[in-house]
Amino acid sequence: MKKVFALALASVMTLSLAACGGGNDAQGEAGNEGGAAAAGTAISGDTISIGVFEPTTGENGGGGMQEVLGIRYANQVAPTVDINGTTYNIKLVEVDNQSDKTAAVTAAQSLISSGVVGVIGSYGSGVAIAAGQTFADAGVPAIGCSCTNPQVTLGNDFYFRTCFLDPFQGTVMASYAIDQGYQTAALISQNGDDYSTGLAAFFKQAFEGMGGTIVADETYQTNESDFNAILTSVKTANPDCVFIPSSIATATLILPQAKANGITAQIIASDTWENESIIKAAGDAAEGVAFSTFFDENDEANPIAKEFVTGFKEYLNSDSQNLTLNGGTDGVAAVSALGYDAYMAMHNALQALDGTEGELTSVSIRDALVDVAFDGVTGSISFDENGDAKKNVAYIKQVKDGKFEFLKTQSAE
Amino acid sequence: MTSTSFLQYCLAGVSIGGIYALIAIGYTMVYGILRLINFAHGDIFMMAAYFMIFAMVDFALPWYVSIVLVLAATVALGVLIEKAAYKPLRSAPRMSIMISAIGVSYLLQNLATYLFSALPKGYPSIAFLTKTITIGSISTSVVTFITPILTIVFVVLLMQLINHTKIGMAMRAVSKDFETSQLMGIKINRVISFTFVIGCFLAAVGSILYFTPRPSVYPLAGSLPGLKCFIAAVFGGIGSIPGAVLGGFLIGLSETFIKAAGYSEFSDVFTFILLIVVLLFRPTGLFGEKITEKV
Repeated sequence: MKKVFALALASVMTLSLAACGGGNDAQGEAGNEGGAAAAGTAISGDTISIGVFEPTTGENGGGGMQEVLGIRYANQVAPTVDINGTTYNIKLVEVDNQSDKTAAVTAAQSLISSGVVGVIGSYGSGVAIAAGQTFADAGVPAIGCSCTNPQVTLGNDFYFRTCFLDPFQGTVMASYAIDQGYQTAALISQNGDDYSTGLAAFFKQAFEGMGGTIVADETYQTNESDFNAILTSVKTANPDCVFIPSSIATATLILPQAKANGITAQIIASDTWENESIIKAAGDAAEGVAFSTFFDENDEANPIAKEFVTGFKEYLNSDSQNLTLNGGTDGVAAVSALGYDAYMAMHNALQALDGTEGELTSVSIRDALVDVAFDGVTGSISFDENGDAKKNVAYIKQVKDGKFEFLKTQSAE
Repeated sequence: MTSTSFLQYCLAGVSIGGIYALIAIGYTMVYGILRLINFAHGDIFMMAAYFMIFAMVDFALPWYVSIVLVLAATVALGVLIEKAAYKPLRSAPRMSIMISAIGVSYLLQNLATYLFSALPKGYPSIAFLTKTITIGSISTSVVTFITPILTIVFVVLLMQLINHTKIGMAMRAVSKDFETSQLMGIKINRVISFTFVIGCFLAAVGSILYFTPRPSVYPLAGSLPGLKCFIAAVFGGIGSIPGAVLGGFLIGLSETFIKAAGYSEFSDVFTFILLIVVLLFRPTGLFGEKITEKV
């Protein structure tokens, strides 16, 4: 009798769960159909919430924090927006996606539930790709700052970005290597990181297309700290250069070990390595490393860039906490400039809104973003049909005497 | 694989193996005396690294002073943990004290995250240790080369201590039979504190040797090495010091050669499969004593 009762109770509970789940699905479907038309999140009151979706901890914490600083400074420069006569305050809602794809989805969901109408971020293509569907389903547009993997915007109408893409970046670094006269290259990439494996593949494609040979293709896992075995394999293959598209945390570990293992070939990398903590940690093991990036603070050509650099340095120096978060220096990181540009793109889109009652929603912001075009810090900002910024210039920098020195600009050739 | 690269792999393997051995000794000694698996040991290893960062970077002390300070501070931390978290539970069931150890582990990790932020901090480099040297055709840093040598030296010293001194005899007695040694007049608290002193001393040495060529510390840096060293101790026979050392070297070598073969994703998998296999087929480990059940 007890058994029968227990069984009956269990089946009733299971059925009610299924019914709830089914109910939610039905509701969800109705919501989505509505979303396709004109749902998303609406602006209410006189405050517009913009989400900041960045890693401030984890392996990409350093770079993510620099992007947050750029966005915060932009919010200081333009804290309000005028939509058709009414002034709104822009409030930043920051979350930490912890450089982890699972945590990224949770962070994205918490942003959506806090009522943001737009999102800026992320640093790190992996987390951006992971959270992309969440933003698209909620009808909230997101502008990626430095996530360079094509998958971030491919097939996602709600994701835009202000930086160039990895196929371009891979070609840029391959061109640099060929220009330096390197015929052979070794690759070291992080297994399971979309950015690292994607960029390594693009570099390989471009390098081999220009006549080079890849003599070693090594991978390591996330949170690896011992690279001696991989570096010995690379050294045995005797390449002319070693391409390491890794995170900042990995760079601080791999450079001293590369030097200890006697690797004399030039190490080349990508935009993630533009962070002072690498020079601090690796010391003279970082000498001679060359990498591509989005921005150079000494670029005199762009007056908007000059104004930004002066203002941002002032902002950094105004609070010692800001200096610490920036890696302990007041050097302007390219990702901060991208964060600033992404905020300004959002600001421009908001300004372009009509201001009529039903129009102030995240979906209409997204539609406005498509037509945004202005001169930003990192060049002219406008988005193509995929949501990618039309950028075709990269800056190559090198570590000389413990400092980042601008080498040259490189375009897609 | 050329002979040069093979030797280079071997050197890398015994170097990381030596560090694992030093930490595994801490696990095995504490288990031998207290029948406790000190899960917090890996995090003591991590805290030692942060102490070094404080000493050399924040207080700008020269390396010889810093090393002494780090050793002292780590030992103090270990003894403090013992007095605060393990001593009150000595008469409690073994599960309670093990859970307490897990609690201390999480406490240390989250304390470090709160105090030092979760972003990796750069570990200071000691000039003569990070110099690159070439032995024949093998290129390595001084610290990688002296790590296995230093490990063997310390293990030999430790075995001398255990076998030829009074306190060593006391430790052997306590690990054989806790209650009877108390009846025999051995000061139990002193022996246990001394065990923690030795374990944490070796963990601090291991931490210096580990982080000097890998100059990046973050609060969870001790959890995976700690876990691997625990497996090394179990593999070698938990309670046996030579076993722990052998286990450490073996895991270090296998890790390196699996990475050399190109399967770096599987290097940790192998270590954990080793744990399962050991527990299935030879639970007392390589050098462990078979526990005979007296009727």
